[in-house]
Amino acid sequence: MADPRTKTLGETLRRHGVSRRGFLKFCTATASMMALPPSMVPAVAAALDKASRPSVIWLSFQECTGCTESLTRSHSPTLESLIFDHISLDYHHTLQVASGHAAEKAREEAMHANHGNYLVVVDGSIPLGNPGYSTTAGVSNLQTLEETVAGAAAVIAVGTCAAFGGLPKAYPNPTGAVAVRDIVHDKPVINVSGCPPIPMVITGVLAHYLTFGTLPQLDQYGRPMNFYGTSIHDRCYRRPFYDKGLFADTFDDEGARKGWCLYKLGCKGPMTYNACATAKWNEGTSWPVESGHGCLGCSEPNFWDAGGFYNALSIPVGEVSRSVSYAAAAGLAVGAAAAGLNSRAKAKAKKNHGTVTVDDLEKKS
Amino acid sequence: MTALEKIPILVEAPEAAAQSYLNTLPLLHEILHALRRLHRDGTSTALDLLAMPFGPGDEARLFEFLGNGELSAELDAMGQSSIRESRFSGVWIIEHKSSGGRRVALQIEVTRLPAILQTQPEDIGAGLDAMQEALETLKAGEPV
Repeated sequence: MADPRTKTLGETLRRHGVSRRGFLKFCTATASMMALPPSMVPAVAAALDKASRPSVIWLSFQECTGCTESLTRSHSPTLESLIFDHISLDYHHTLQVASGHAAEKAREEAMHANHGNYLVVVDGSIPLGNPGYSTTAGVSNLQTLEETVAGAAAVIAVGTCAAFGGLPKAYPNPTGAVAVRDIVHDKPVINVSGCPPIPMVITGVLAHYLTFGTLPQLDQYGRPMNFYGTSIHDRCYRRPFYDKGLFADTFDDEGARKGWCLYKLGCKGPMTYNACATAKWNEGTSWPVESGHGCLGCSEPNFWDAGGFYNALSIPVGEVSRSVSYAAAAGLAVGAAAAGLNSRAKAKAKKNHGTVTVDDLEKKS
Repeated sequence: MTALEKIPILVEAPEAAAQSYLNTLPLLHEILHALRRLHRDGTSTALDLLAMPFGPGDEARLFEFLGNGELSAELDAMGQSSIRESRFSGVWIIEHKSSGGRRVALQIEVTRLPAILQTQPEDIGAGLDAMQEALETLKAGEPV
């Protein structure tokens, strides 16, 4: 928790004995974290110096706590922890010391004291099938969300469950799970999807709010463009192999060992928008494709029902190389075309909760 | 023999030779253009390497090409940072690490002198106050 005696981030850092040069270094790293160009560093420094401590209420619904783990299980101290320390986290089931009525009282006090200005972070989906499926202190998730959001400045839906329903919403969706945006219509809702989201992205959204006092530009799914504006495929370091039609056919063949494209092995990079390819995981160590596994598409809606992680859904497997060659020759946006095909396959798979075969695709193509 | 020992173990072949992912060359051309701008009209450029889709070995290839120049510096502020000029004058490689040793920023700056090396006005004021106080606390006649 932040020191309540400090009001701005600049003051917080100065209290920690951070020099101006250190502060500029912090701002450089923060701008990089927010996916802003280095030319924005002076503006970030000017704004962060005066950034006030926002009150944040974190609500956990139908979730696995993986999103909180993603953010907090970093080796200290990190840039994320510095940003996270600066916010006034007034309510979080997993992290706060208080429990029961004392915890709920803390939430109500924060809502009252910061009415109209606090941020609500939600992880987990909301069950509508029966209020009793998920409750806190005997109050349904739906009621808690509606009450808490009423006085909020904005809502950040962290993780694919909060953003799109996630695993709880996967067929047959036994709890009637829905996403935050299905309920909240009168407040800005930012979706920070991913299963879990990249910690740097979670913090980057908070940092953007801290820095500019506004919310970042969002894509069609309500995700911040600076992190979700480009597909995994377009930022993948293996993309040159895709362009040359060089693919791994199995996980232990020559192509896999040489680091060729994993498209045929079910990589969902072309239809997935996220920052994994550059932000990476485990403190920048690696990310799934670098570790030899295709992208699962975990930041996209309904990815659990997309028909199988190891099926190359968009194009029949036997045709990938040929299709890629044609596309490259014609200069076509293969990723977009693949996403279109894929969305049809996904829709069918979602409906039937079955895998999609090449025959199915050919019938529809 | 236990059941586990019956499972055959496949010894992996030695790792394949490092691949060129072809991501370094375009970046080097971008740096070249930036250096041309700096030479022509003094415009500085900064590139965020953490935003680049590097594959294994790409970063090493980039740094191997850029090499080491005449000047390098270490900064100890909120963790270690290294600032060094490449063998191409005006092209600087700046790496910032957190106090936990984690890399938090990696940039190429094409400039005459990276701003982070310059003493900041706020720090000059703090330095002035600290020096004044240090001198005032010297005991009279104490050798310096």
